[in-house]
Amino acid sequence: MSRELSPGHFGEFGGRYVPEALVGALDELEAAHNAAQLDPVFQAELAHLHKTYTGRPSIITEVPRFAEHAGGARIILKREDLNHTGSHKINNVLGQALLTKRLGKKRVIAETGAGQHGVASATAAALMGLDCVVYMGEEDTRRQSLNVARMKLLGAEVVPVTTGSKTLKDAINEAMRDWVTNVETTNYLFGTVAGPHPFPTMVRDFQKIIGIEARSQVLELTGRLPDAVLACVGGGSNAIGIFHEFIPDADVRLIGLEAGGDGVDTPRHASSITGGSPGVLHGARSYLLQDENGQTIESHSISAGLDYPGVGPEHAYLHDLGRAEYRPITDAQAMHAFALLCKTEGIIPAIETAHALAGALQVGNELGPDAIILINLSGRGDKDVQTAAAYFGIEI
Amino acid sequence: MTSLDELFVKTRAENRAALIAYIPAGYPTHEGCKRVIETFAKSGVDAIEIGFPYSDPVMDGPTIQAAAEQSLAAGTGAREVFESLKHATELGIPSVVMTYWNPIEKYGVDRFAHDIAANGGSGVITPDLTIDEADRWIESTHSNDINSIFVIAPSTVGERLEKVTSHCSGFVYAASIMGVTGARGGLSTGASDLVARTRAVTPTPIAVGLGVSTREQAKEIAGFADGVIVGSAFINALRDAPDLETGLEHVAQLVKELALGVREGR
Ligand SMILES: Cc1ncc(COP(=O)(O)O)c(C=O)c1O
Repeated sequence: MSRELSPGHFGEFGGRYVPEALVGALDELEAAHNAAQLDPVFQAELAHLHKTYTGRPSIITEVPRFAEHAGGARIILKREDLNHTGSHKINNVLGQALLTKRLGKKRVIAETGAGQHGVASATAAALMGLDCVVYMGEEDTRRQSLNVARMKLLGAEVVPVTTGSKTLKDAINEAMRDWVTNVETTNYLFGTVAGPHPFPTMVRDFQKIIGIEARSQVLELTGRLPDAVLACVGGGSNAIGIFHEFIPDADVRLIGLEAGGDGVDTPRHASSITGGSPGVLHGARSYLLQDENGQTIESHSISAGLDYPGVGPEHAYLHDLGRAEYRPITDAQAMHAFALLCKTEGIIPAIETAHALAGALQVGNELGPDAIILINLSGRGDKDVQTAAAYFGIEI
Repeated sequence: MTSLDELFVKTRAENRAALIAYIPAGYPTHEGCKRVIETFAKSGVDAIEIGFPYSDPVMDGPTIQAAAEQSLAAGTGAREVFESLKHATELGIPSVVMTYWNPIEKYGVDRFAHDIAANGGSGVITPDLTIDEADRWIESTHSNDINSIFVIAPSTVGERLEKVTSHCSGFVYAASIMGVTGARGGLSTGASDLVARTRAVTPTPIAVGLGVSTREQAKEIAGFADGVIVGSAFINALRDAPDLETGLEHVAQLVKELALGVREGR
């Protein structure tokens, strides 16, 4: 159902809205990806890395004490937080870094919001001997200073971006400008399922392993499919990653949780689907936050990784089809769920991920005690300790 | 035939290149932009590009980014863009709008093409609309009798070069380098190669932009192209001047030099 109708398009969404100078590189990347998908040598290489470096398959964990607060439904976490580097981002980055080597390029660039994709990119670059430059909004370098230090330790150059809102959206602009200029030597490791074709398709193909593993793990544990699969949605890569394998399972509800900031009825949120409209941003048609002139509106979220005014085109398509649902979660709701998981289960989640946990508290109460809910625990919260401490008034 | 088409008939007859000047709407202010347009017209510019300032200009370097940010902060939108366009065309200068795609889509594709024509505009340059996504836009430009101007890059080759240029009218925008806008010192050899390759596949005039700022560069490009596009250099002149009047004088001087350049190349 979510197969592209024409290459790079998901219904009326997706496509390529980029400077002509990038089209050749995108074609080259698309061809390399298509070939790699069919190449057993590439697949074996990636699988080996995932087994011996990422730590795949990631486990699932049932969380009954947390579930008591969610109407008693069974809640199961897919533990992407346990991956090397602490989030799902590594799944995508290792795939794209292997492709970079196949393209014969020696330099990679990446954008990052929370810093998780930047850290994953710097890690893969170190592992494979590539030069790495990470663009990061100046505002985010402050919010996620620990990850800036990690990237530097890994040998990457971190470039703070001072234009526009000084967050992820502007980091992407700057990375695109670098790519337009250096495309002959450089590959762009894009961090989510947004951007011009082939990124939404390629990143999804590297992330869908989450859902493939989780579906059989849940079947094995519970003997049936879950009633709902939940994930937070920034650009949408961890969500597509866990949704994709379940798309043909019509009875499984797919629910994406967007960053509601102060609330979608206020100007301060990052809910592109629930609070935005269709248009073009960063190379693809999808939902985005925009004003009456088509100018992108700055997003707001306590979570740097969700603080993005756009969303991947496949989510826009799944939304319009009615196959997936999207809901906003406010900063306050997310932080409540964050604290709850820490105290009931001994797991400190990323603040991004806490939005999915907050969604489970709602959905669990709606579905009742017989329900099974699978959540993508997309990342761990070490990087967020400063933000959370400030939020809860803990002195460091 | 648009007035832009007519311009290239004329400059070809005069055996010279056309000088095409870019200014973002609302820069340095809405009224100041009108003064810049008047200065362009008086000093020898052949055609004007009115930029639609955009929040996420990935094709632009620091100069135009900062100008767009300043213009947007002052509230520039579609209304100011069309007003500036009208101002330019009423002075008798063939003019186009240069805009990223999303402002067109938000405004309404047909409505945008219609209002370009209604304000005397000759066409639109769309730097991030790939030919692969352009069907609807091309239809609208046809039904409103305006030019659709797409950008080609040194990396555009073979069938793709034929396809993109076959949908260009007015002129083909040849990006001189792989990169973003901004004044640069030299000129890459890529530009003349690209123009030569493009000549082989289309009779449409070809204008070269990205990085052009001096009479010397204008002269060199005029040796092989039909048009020379200058943008960031005017913004630099306005930005670095102590006041608008001085800035306009510097713009006039630069236009006069560039106008000599486009006549010296052949
Ligand atoms: C832990 C974690 N979850 C989720 C996200 C959001 O990205 P996406 O929606 O692409 O999964 C991020 C982004 O930085 C992240 O670090």
